[in-house]
Amino acid sequence: MIRTGLKVLANTVGRSVSLIQKAEQRMREELVQSTELIPEVLRKVLVSDEIKELVKLMPKQIGDHGYDPWGYHPDTAEIGLAVLKAIYDYYFRVESYGLENIPKNGSAFVISNHSGQLPIDGTLISTALATNPHGPRAPRVMIERFFPTVPFVYTFLTQVGAIIGDPINCIKMLENGEIIIVFPEGIRGSGKPYRLRYQLQYMGTGFVRIAIQTKSPIVPVGVVGCEETIPSLGSIDPLARLLAIPYVPIAVPWPLPAKVIINFGEPIYLEGDIDDENEMIKKVDFVKEQINYLIQKGLKQRGKRFL
Amino acid sequence: MDNQKKKKVLVTGAGGALAQRVINKLKLRREYEIIGVGFKESSYFDDTIINYRIDFSKRGFEMVFREHQLDSVIHLGRILLYDDTPSRRYNVNVTGSKKIFDLSLKYGVKNIIVLSTFYVYGAHPYNPSLIDEMFPLKASNNSSHLADAVELEYLSSLYMLKYPELNTSILRPCNILGPGIQNSVSLLLNRKYVPCLLGFSPIMQFLHVDDLAEAIVLAYEKPEPGVYNVVSEDWLPYQKAIKMAGGVPVPIPPFPPSLSKQIVRRMNIKEFPDYLLNYYKYPVVLDGSLFRNTYSFKAKYSLTDIFDYYKRQKNLRIF
Repeated sequence: MIRTGLKVLANTVGRSVSLIQKAEQRMREELVQSTELIPEVLRKVLVSDEIKELVKLMPKQIGDHGYDPWGYHPDTAEIGLAVLKAIYDYYFRVESYGLENIPKNGSAFVISNHSGQLPIDGTLISTALATNPHGPRAPRVMIERFFPTVPFVYTFLTQVGAIIGDPINCIKMLENGEIIIVFPEGIRGSGKPYRLRYQLQYMGTGFVRIAIQTKSPIVPVGVVGCEETIPSLGSIDPLARLLAIPYVPIAVPWPLPAKVIINFGEPIYLEGDIDDENEMIKKVDFVKEQINYLIQKGLKQRGKRFL
Repeated sequence: MDNQKKKKVLVTGAGGALAQRVINKLKLRREYEIIGVGFKESSYFDDTIINYRIDFSKRGFEMVFREHQLDSVIHLGRILLYDDTPSRRYNVNVTGSKKIFDLSLKYGVKNIIVLSTFYVYGAHPYNPSLIDEMFPLKASNNSSHLADAVELEYLSSLYMLKYPELNTSILRPCNILGPGIQNSVSLLLNRKYVPCLLGFSPIMQFLHVDDLAEAIVLAYEKPEPGVYNVVSEDWLPYQKAIKMAGGVPVPIPPFPPSLSKQIVRRMNIKEFPDYLLNYYKYPVVLDGSLFRNTYSFKAKYSLTDIFDYYKRQKNLRIF
């Protein structure tokens, strides 16, 4: 009698424990799934089959779980590209020329003029590369060093292909066969006032050295139209210093829908002694000439600034 | 093979999960006489392995060297980060290791393998990805708690350069996971509800303990003195890893940093100390190409294999 009672009790306890265990396991699984909800909904709503196909076609070395050492993740890249494509087509009405000059695979350095206070030119060049009908590429952009401290934003940016601007990142990416967009003018270019529009600022020699070192071609790019997106009268430097950011432009608070023309030049293959400063400066000047030519070409191609 | 002709190997930290796998792998080769030394846990091996429980920062440790004419030392014994007071950790990890090097010199050891860690590079927002072996070791910037790991590195490098006859190899593995591993990441992934920083999910690398044991044996059998990163060729963000291991990420507010540190201290999770917070915020991704090319090393365990183990373990427990 006692034995049967104990047996029943043990069975009941055992069953309840296993029920609790199963319920807890189920709850955990549901919780994990719910954390994936937002990106999944975004993908379903935003990403078209065309974008999926483009991302699939991009030659890209990634690990078994869809990430590369810099954090790129195709699923998030699809969301980013879907949003950018809409802005590219309908807001800035971008026209890209010379897309056939972009190498279909292997490393390449895309060097462009920089303008417009915000890195809008970078995102538009990225979209042009990613939607190139001659062979889409997953573009990599080098971004400011304060980004890794910004939650959510940096995680998203790395997943769509951005990474902090560091020579080691740049060299390793090129060795890995990536295509990188670089603005050697940096904030000198993006932060310049409207009166200096379409005038190339000083460019360092770092990008030329890395291109020679990694045997990567340089694709010169001339962007026309981004100067008009946020025309600035100048920078409020004391406020910029206070906020610890490079500049605070006196400008409209929202990018204007200027028409953008992007011209891609023919790839330049450089060789030379990277320790010879004068030789490197000459090569930078040569690249600048090419970019300048493409800017002038774009200015002629463009009709009215906003139409 | 005759016992006299067998090479004699000293493996420190013999009680640990990694050392046990290294010992078992060496035992299967049947070419070595293995002497295990552990100072914390007592370990159980069959009678083919001589095992001591001894603190290698103490004087009595020399007896092991004197008694067995050792050919090589595989130095894996370490007090883990959160395990003890910083001063005790320093004594064992740095002073103790120096003793091992000195004794190895005195008794003519021909080959030393030192296990370091990726923590020595430090987690910093400016870190590039694919850090190679020549990158500066910035862990002390993160916290003085990590100073012993960096000093052990520099000490080993000093001996490696000054005494080439010791044939020293230093291995810096990424996050080690697997059965029995008691490091911070492993214990965190073993939890059902895992703390992480809101909006931060750094890319991480994970290596199965068995793959690392294989790497150690490879480095031991074909000594090519130098410093090597040991990693697997796959990458995963921290929060994704938590989910793959069947856990639920529990976000902690990341701003201001002092608040997150306060919260972490209040949570009082031993394997999630405030001084390791940056490693769960910024990526430290290593370039393992040097080791891969030198030793033709390829990790056998995939990330799915590794995380399935943690998932299974979790589902076995009620709470």
